[in-house]
Amino acid sequence: MRLAEAWRVALDALRANRMRSALTMLGVIIGVASVVLLVAIGTGTKQKVEQQVEGLGSNLLLVVPGKLDVGTAPVVSPLDLKDVDAVSRVVGDPGRVAVTIASGATARAGTRSDFTTVQGVLETTPAVFTRSLARGRYLTGADVDTSRRVAVLGASVARALFPDRDPLGQQVTLAGVRFRVIGVFTPLGQSLGVDRDDEVHIPVTAAQRLWGTQRIDGIAVKAPDRERIDQLGERIVAELSRRHPDTEFSAVTQQQILGVLGDILGVLTGVLAAIAGISLLVGGVGVSNIMLVSVRERTREIGLRKAVGARPRDIGVQFLLEAVLLTSIGGLTGMALGVGTALLVDAVSPIPAAITWWSLALAFGVSAAVGIVFGVVPAQRAGRLDPVVALRAE
Amino acid sequence: MTVAAVEAVDVSRTYELDGVSVPALRGVSLTIAQGEYVAVIGPSGSGKSTLMHLLGGLDRPTGGRLVIGGRDVATLTAPELATLRNETIGFVFQAFHLLPRTSAVDNVALPLVYRGVGARQRRERAAAMLGRVGLGHRLGHRPNQLSGGEQQRVAIARALVTDPAVLLADEPTGNLDSATGEAVLELLEQLNAESGVALVMVTHDPEVAARARRRIAVRDGLIRSDTVHDRPLSGGDGRPETLDAAPSAEPRSASGSGPGHPSGGSGGATGATGRLPRGGGPGAPGGAG
Repeated sequence: MRLAEAWRVALDALRANRMRSALTMLGVIIGVASVVLLVAIGTGTKQKVEQQVEGLGSNLLLVVPGKLDVGTAPVVSPLDLKDVDAVSRVVGDPGRVAVTIASGATARAGTRSDFTTVQGVLETTPAVFTRSLARGRYLTGADVDTSRRVAVLGASVARALFPDRDPLGQQVTLAGVRFRVIGVFTPLGQSLGVDRDDEVHIPVTAAQRLWGTQRIDGIAVKAPDRERIDQLGERIVAELSRRHPDTEFSAVTQQQILGVLGDILGVLTGVLAAIAGISLLVGGVGVSNIMLVSVRERTREIGLRKAVGARPRDIGVQFLLEAVLLTSIGGLTGMALGVGTALLVDAVSPIPAAITWWSLALAFGVSAAVGIVFGVVPAQRAGRLDPVVALRAE
Repeated sequence: MTVAAVEAVDVSRTYELDGVSVPALRGVSLTIAQGEYVAVIGPSGSGKSTLMHLLGGLDRPTGGRLVIGGRDVATLTAPELATLRNETIGFVFQAFHLLPRTSAVDNVALPLVYRGVGARQRRERAAAMLGRVGLGHRLGHRPNQLSGGEQQRVAIARALVTDPAVLLADEPTGNLDSATGEAVLELLEQLNAESGVALVMVTHDPEVAARARRRIAVRDGLIRSDTVHDRPLSGGDGRPETLDAAPSAEPRSASGSGPGHPSGGSGGATGATGRLPRGGGPGAPGGAG
């Protein structure tokens, strides 16, 4: 019953000073909204990256020279196509082995040009990485064997070079050498701000001739099943180490890549949320400030309540509830604002945003906690007021 | 048989202001019996307000012994003292001290909130009390919709809704015109007579004080006189009462409105000095030396 009275009084106090209450809440609203929004963007980005890594194809094993560790220098690859044959023997199925040798190059068609990434690949790439074509066909084994100068364009490159023509059968010039367009990929979209459709695939043999090298950058293997993927990786690394004793090799799975990316994005999300949390803290200071004003303003009321029998705690609870109400209403409004903005950002911008229930619960809980933390001092001050002094206050 | 509502023995109160001790009360002894009608009179700065705060449990003495409703104030924690105020004391202030934006009935019900009475019962009792002070038709009005006299009546109803032993009124007519003030005084006296609540009225106005049966004059933190009058003086004859001279108890023609002083229940609880004899009060430990 005393609590009910405290609620009534707290609500009444907020209503009596609508403008002031609203402005005080604004600090909390902005804080909570930014926490919700930034966590949503962080979560959305993480989800999208995970989708894309998983979208590369399941049970993928990437074999690269060097140690896959943060801070280690890239290693010049000693791998060549004979190593690919060796790996295919280990795997037992050449159709599950893909390679890449990539370099930036300018693609030209007529008067148009586009700087893009040219990848030298095997005909196995679509099967290993789960790629599909919008038009035409992909490279064949014959294309690779004969170093045929044919190219499959990413959707962006196709758009840039042939905005108003069908690219199929047209010529593109890559590093001064002409290639014939035989296919166009289905668009993949963006990932972490990188356009994944900005690429051109040509036979790995043609690429090696183009750049005057026998090397390849890395090998990708689609493992037959998830259970033996690590074991397969170890066998491949052992075989490559035997062939190149001077070089270390690493085999990483999608799960490992996801783990690393997830860690990085998790830290990023945490940092963003912490920065937003600072604004929530500032909002809390505002609440504390306004509560002190409220206590001072209502000193006589406090004195009267004490005279008629309110205990220090009754008064304290009343003001604490006022502070918590202030931040809770602010928190709910901020949540609504944050969710709304996140949905808007997700809908109209390339930045992904995903609302998670835990972030909403956390934001609301934190805002209520801010009310308690920043309401305690003013509430205690009110509770300890000397009734005689309080009654005399102006 | 009567039990003292409030008993003060050699009570003093000293304020510390910037390291300087300022004595407001310098050893006051008095007993308020149940149902008494007492006026405390003194000029500003005399210590009468301090005395009222002490008698009402709003403040604690720095010396002496103060017993309110049978409980020694010195032994009580702040929450216990608050509960004691709630149960034993009703306050009426010069400035009314009503909560704004709160209806008359909710203002009156406020003390019951801190007693833990349910909302419905609170309203019923508050409404009944407002009826007794003649405001049964103003239950839903807010203070700013009421006249000064009506506001003070609401405050009186609030003071009495808990059925306290003592009603402390601090200059209850100070903010009212004389006619309204007169009506408020009559109401207080009537409630004092009807309900047996002791009425202690602090005032600087000799005419107001003259209405009380017992008059305590305070000056410089001490009780200068504490006299009992068989019949109250008429307030209207314009003859001021001096403070330090013991007021005469000569009978005068009582005015027609003559408020009833407590006729029953407190018969023996009168005395001529600071320490009133209590009619066989059992629990007066160590009070009178």
